[in-house]
Amino acid sequence: MSNAVDIAMNRRSTAMYAGRPYVLLERGWLAFRSTNWVPVVTGFVEPVLFLLAFGYGMGNLIGDVTTGNTTIDYTLFIAPGLLANSAMNGAIYDSTWNVFWKLNESKLYKTMLSTPLGPLDIALGEITWALIRGLVYSIGFLTVVTALGLTPSFWAILAIPAASLIAFGFASFGMAVTSYFKTYQQMGFINFVLLPMTLFSGSLYPISVYPDWLEKIIMALPLWHGIELVRAFWFGEINSGVFVHVTYFVVMIGIGLFVTSRRLRALFLR
Amino acid sequence: MSNPLISARGLTKKFGDFTAVNAVDFDVAKGESFGLLGPNGAGKSTIMRVLAATSQRTSGTVEILGKDPELFGPLVRAHLGVVPQQDNLDGELTVTENLYIYGRYFGLSKKFIKNKIEELLEFAQLEEKRDAKVEALSGGMKRRLTIARGLVSEPDILLLDEPTTGLDPQARHILWDRLFRLKEQGVTLVLTTHFMDEAEQLCDRLVVMDKGSIMAEGSPASLIKQYSSKEVLEVRFGSDRNKEIAPQLATMCERMETLPDRILMYTEDGEKLLEEITHAGMHATTSLVRRSSLEDVFLRLTGRTLIE
Repeated sequence: MSNAVDIAMNRRSTAMYAGRPYVLLERGWLAFRSTNWVPVVTGFVEPVLFLLAFGYGMGNLIGDVTTGNTTIDYTLFIAPGLLANSAMNGAIYDSTWNVFWKLNESKLYKTMLSTPLGPLDIALGEITWALIRGLVYSIGFLTVVTALGLTPSFWAILAIPAASLIAFGFASFGMAVTSYFKTYQQMGFINFVLLPMTLFSGSLYPISVYPDWLEKIIMALPLWHGIELVRAFWFGEINSGVFVHVTYFVVMIGIGLFVTSRRLRALFLR
Repeated sequence: MSNPLISARGLTKKFGDFTAVNAVDFDVAKGESFGLLGPNGAGKSTIMRVLAATSQRTSGTVEILGKDPELFGPLVRAHLGVVPQQDNLDGELTVTENLYIYGRYFGLSKKFIKNKIEELLEFAQLEEKRDAKVEALSGGMKRRLTIARGLVSEPDILLLDEPTTGLDPQARHILWDRLFRLKEQGVTLVLTTHFMDEAEQLCDRLVVMDKGSIMAEGSPASLIKQYSSKEVLEVRFGSDRNKEIAPQLATMCERMETLPDRILMYTEDGEKLLEEITHAGMHATTSLVRRSSLEDVFLRLTGRTLIE
């Protein structure tokens, strides 16, 4: 009896999960070593450029921002929001376009599912890979921002776990949505949703400027919860809102994982 | 057959109203090289996907090493090496990395795979391409790498779907040689093909399939013996005259098939028959005497040729 069979017996693998999502990370790393670095760097630089253009450019015109009963410098106001954005961007890139490619063009997941790996291994592995990218982006951004003296309290270090949560949420949801798309036109829909969400979710100004109904819509979207979560840690204002934001992302992660693994099974193990 | 490695009974697969595989029965013994021969759309690839535990059957039973692939998918897949019809190598990785990561999908240790890679590169004659990206390989090399990849887990059964389709004659012969070596090592091979020469070269036993059903089963030699004559005389009289002259020829041989471009006459002695035809005053434009092949078996069973 071969090695592979012993392993499959010992792990008591189920139809959904062989207990090996880490091999996806290994594969991700092998492929990444020879990848084109330009889009990777671009993704990191984007929020930094936003910070420079809006913070130091427009910030000079705007001066201070008042939210609730605190008044802070505009650059300081937008920094945590942009960090949440960078976590989202990093996670979205791998979990949407790269996943689309592996689903429909290279058929990588189909190949993987002809081995003892299960759909949940693939979902967890790929989402973790995307989440790591989001995390690396946000750590990079935090480093730049700290060097610029924009981190007011030690609490800002908690922006890192917050960013992982945000990246995890967007990665799993992004992969779930992508698993339903068959054409490049449908993929365009993702950008159609992301761009307005990025602009209007309150990273550049407080959402209290909106009419009540619009404010409610924004507050239902994940990026707003992400931004508020990072902001709460940034300024050391830990309150019950943090619990709501965390719960929002935990639910988002759960739905994403569930839908993605079910979809992979429906697509390749009919 | 006692203790078959693979056993299918009444295997049926429907896609909506369309029945791709219709109540098929077969067994495959350990160490055997078993073929599914038939034209495109006969249901061969569908059967392969069911055996590979990546497609669910509509009805019937299937056991692979005594286990139902639908209930023990991952375990059954751990026994199998799969070589799909279309190469699905990892284009972002090198030759060596492709072998390595595939072994990792099976949960094999890094050390085990590292040793195995050397053996597989030699088997696939790809030692010099070890660090090349997949795109840089020729069609034949890609196919050999796909087979080597399927062997990394030392599978009990190797499933090959149309292993040489799309390859040039030289690459096909290299591949046949490699598969023959596996057969000698005792690896159980299950392959689909629509090339009769491939089936004759590689299969100990095969089933002839058409439109989702098995038409006949046996070794290549026994099938030819059962369903065809020893020799075949192919004659051409020009496209218009073939039909005209056919009734006259029909009386001269055991059996005859009139194809659009030529007439096939089944006989024990082709040369002798050709002489008789000439003697009777009919002069064929071209003529050819050959051994009967699986192509003739298929024609006899279905009234159609394998490659249309």
